[in-house]
Amino acid sequence: MLDFIQIIRDNWLLLLVGQYPNGPLGGIVCTLILSLLGILLAFPLSVPIALARLSERSWLRWPATMLVYGVRGVPLLMIILWVYFLLPTLIGHEVPGFATMLCTLVVYEATYLSEVVRSGILALPKGQLEASRALGHSYFGAMRHVILPQALFNTLPSMLSQFVSTLQETTLGYVINVPELTFAANQINNQLLTKPFHVFFILALTYFVVCFTLTKLFGLVEQHIARKRLGRATLPDSADASAAPAGTLPGLPTSTAKQLP
Amino acid sequence: MLSMNDFNLIAILTNAEYSALLVKGITLTLIVAICSWMLAMSLALVLLTFRLTPMRWAQRLVAGYVAYHRNIPTLVQLMLWYFGIFSLLPDALQVWLSSHNAEAIFSIIALGLCQAAYFSEDLRSGLRAIPSGQSEAARALGHSYLGSMRHVIMPQAMRNAMPALINHSVSLFKNSSLAMAIGVAELTHAVKEIESQSFRAFESYFIATILYLALSLIIMAAGAWLTKRLSIKGAR
Repeated sequence: MLDFIQIIRDNWLLLLVGQYPNGPLGGIVCTLILSLLGILLAFPLSVPIALARLSERSWLRWPATMLVYGVRGVPLLMIILWVYFLLPTLIGHEVPGFATMLCTLVVYEATYLSEVVRSGILALPKGQLEASRALGHSYFGAMRHVILPQALFNTLPSMLSQFVSTLQETTLGYVINVPELTFAANQINNQLLTKPFHVFFILALTYFVVCFTLTKLFGLVEQHIARKRLGRATLPDSADASAAPAGTLPGLPTSTAKQLP
Repeated sequence: MLSMNDFNLIAILTNAEYSALLVKGITLTLIVAICSWMLAMSLALVLLTFRLTPMRWAQRLVAGYVAYHRNIPTLVQLMLWYFGIFSLLPDALQVWLSSHNAEAIFSIIALGLCQAAYFSEDLRSGLRAIPSGQSEAARALGHSYLGSMRHVIMPQAMRNAMPALINHSVSLFKNSSLAMAIGVAELTHAVKEIESQSFRAFESYFIATILYLALSLIIMAAGAWLTKRLSIKGAR
């Protein structure tokens, strides 16, 4: 027990911000920034991919479907290796590990989020689109003003749990020397050499505390949304919703189908 | 710079050393994936049984197990097993394990234990979707608890859980690539080695990507086929 406290006391700064004032920002702050930026940049990409996947035009649908299946069928580690190798050759100069990892996460998360968005759109009653088209909206107008606001709101819980997934995926940055939390722990382990169990247990515990807190917090958001939707389902204007069997929310996406590396 | 006319798959595939590395890599990937899948599935059934018992402490234990494995990144779990728990074992066992491909054994354990949490949750949500009338009816017809589970409840629950189980089987297969980080010479590891020896990054990654993609798609297709096979016509 004393060993644990000793290790934390000696290295808490490294675990928290890495070598920040004297070196690159690292540790848990780097992990959080990486996952936050990853998901925020992936989101705007995911909507067009989802729309392309649902498009009636095959020249839009096919590439998007291939992209989604391609990314889902390949390990994240493999995509990291691709970006690590392709990005510098395409840009023409060196790319730091942080940017490589961020690019990878954006590509990876955009495809996974697009599946979430797609399921949200598919879960809406068909009448929504038909009615808004009948009211004179263009396709994009209907999407922007009617479909997407509902679909995105309904899929918010899945997107939040996707954030926790992303946070866990940043650990793979360790492989290309991004100075995030796992990398910091390995640095400490290499200094101490004699206490690997202690170091990695502290690492595991840190991730657990962060992810568990976030999951619980997002659970509250999910409950709030579910309650709001139940309230809406009783409004007379959503006939489809009230026709759904009791107890099931129309269009409630199944909680994230995806799982973390 | 990358130039497409340099793209030469044959150079790698016909090289005896590289192709041997590739074959070894795929074999190890498959061994790790299949062994940890079997470990995960059997453990998931045990966890599920515990969760279904009326004992409060057993349910808590399983809930804790699931929370632990879902909230810690798989890579960290692998490291904890291979660097951490390995070092706590008695010396004789460490020596024995080291001479028996300890990396692969620990990656199977870590991936299997982690995936068991997901599988047990999939099975549980499959079970929860079965109306309680089913088990009541089965019991009323004279089935024992285990008999009703085996003949009435589980066959339906399994069908409900199929899509999630397939998804998680694919991710288990993909996660086997993480074993590279603790030095298992599986496919990703082999490809990195070929790349560093041949300086043909594009070709080596291309081969690995195609192999991973093909195997993932095969698992997905096999799962879809199985789901269709198992589904009962006219059932909800």
